[in-house]
Amino acid sequence: MDWFFILEKAILIIILFSLTLFIAMYETYMERKVAAFLQDRVGPDRAGPFGILQPLADGGKMFFKEDFIPNSSEKWLFILGPGIAMFTALMTSAVIPWGTELHLFGRTISLQVADVNIGVLYIMGFVSIGVYGIMIGGWSSNNKYSLMGAIRASSQMISYELAMGLSLIAIVMMSGSLSLKDIAAQQSGSLMGIEGFHWNVFLQPLGFLIFLTCAFAETNRAPFDLPECESELIGGYHTEYTSMKLGFFLFAEYVNMFISSTLIATIYFGGYNFPGLHYLPGNWQALAGTAVLFLKILFFIFFYMWVRWTLPRFRYDQLMHLGWKVLIPLAVLNMLLTGAWMTWF
Amino acid sequence: MCFFMRNKFANYHFRSTVARVTFAARFMETQDYLPIVLQSMVAVGFVGLVLVVTHFLGPRRKGAVKDENFECGIEIQGNARVQFSVKYFLTAILFVLFDVEVIFFYPYAVNFKELGSEGFIAVVMFVTFFLIGFFYVLKKGALEWER
Repeated sequence: MDWFFILEKAILIIILFSLTLFIAMYETYMERKVAAFLQDRVGPDRAGPFGILQPLADGGKMFFKEDFIPNSSEKWLFILGPGIAMFTALMTSAVIPWGTELHLFGRTISLQVADVNIGVLYIMGFVSIGVYGIMIGGWSSNNKYSLMGAIRASSQMISYELAMGLSLIAIVMMSGSLSLKDIAAQQSGSLMGIEGFHWNVFLQPLGFLIFLTCAFAETNRAPFDLPECESELIGGYHTEYTSMKLGFFLFAEYVNMFISSTLIATIYFGGYNFPGLHYLPGNWQALAGTAVLFLKILFFIFFYMWVRWTLPRFRYDQLMHLGWKVLIPLAVLNMLLTGAWMTWF
Repeated sequence: MCFFMRNKFANYHFRSTVARVTFAARFMETQDYLPIVLQSMVAVGFVGLVLVVTHFLGPRRKGAVKDENFECGIEIQGNARVQFSVKYFLTAILFVLFDVEVIFFYPYAVNFKELGSEGFIAVVMFVTFFLIGFFYVLKKGALEWER
């Protein structure tokens, strides 16, 4: 047993964990500021300079609220629901390559928690388990609106998971591997003479659009936020929740948004690769790669918010129509075109 | 389709893999998953700790009326264990059906380059069956949410 290996992974996990929670916290601040900017308002500006301490104030308040469990709910399932939602949100970061390799103290440290050879399937698996958190939470509340929100959420998420899986197959065909490390590393090649610009988005534009749409639906973000649309369903599946249990549901959504932005950046936008990366020496390569990856992630998080405050919400039949009758045939077509192109050209 | 695939796998993969997968290789593969176990322990710890801590931090006031569901703020009518539209159930069943078929594509996609044009023709046949099933479901009106 290599104890240094475990120690280095433990440190990486702790760093990643604090980073995920920190980013999720400041996403709430960013969302309010972006919304304010798009609607010509100021946004939160009371807690600290520019309202920078607002997420801390919100989080602290959540911790000290009454932890209310309705007497007609299924008590243990009611507690389990947000737990599963948060757990699955925190697990998916394990297989994402956050950069190349660092060389410290004579050791080669990979900036990835676990390079499993089924990376893509691991992510899909945890996304599916995320449905359980919402479904269990909504059903156990014993509230008709929560139930409606939960079944809407679950049937929306499973519908878009199909198209998501199909759009990823084209990527797997091109890379010949399910490991996200390989998929990211293969995008360092040259495209049209520019080194480090062999990004999948240029080779799979249709697949990217399908994946992006599905990512919005999987995270229950606008315009696919029907599970919690306040004008019909009070608060959706988390209507009965208070305190940090409500916090977990909201927090899990922001963590998922961060992770899916990371996935979009890693799978389609070259991950840590950028033109000129290979000129940098040793450790700077890893650090610059990680910094660029986070810039890409930041852009996609902003894109999520931009869309939320621009587009109106879908109607449920439109949502299902888009998922089943448009995206699935398109994804199959994309897969066949990729296959035909790669086989005969 | 099956015999296409079987021939190919026999030639390229099966024999070589059996020779290669020794005990050491298997051990290395399990070691890949060790960090995931570590991360799941941290995640469960965090979730459990926060749930327990917030349970004791906040105020707790009990009352027969207060402990009722909030629902939508006005008095509750009946119970939430009600029937809901069968279309959700149908969607779930169709998902299970199609997701299994999607999963079948993954092993093919990983070995796509080795299987060549023969493998691709086999998959086109499989996709045709997939699409026949899909259009049958559409024509049956299983996904008509408007009605």
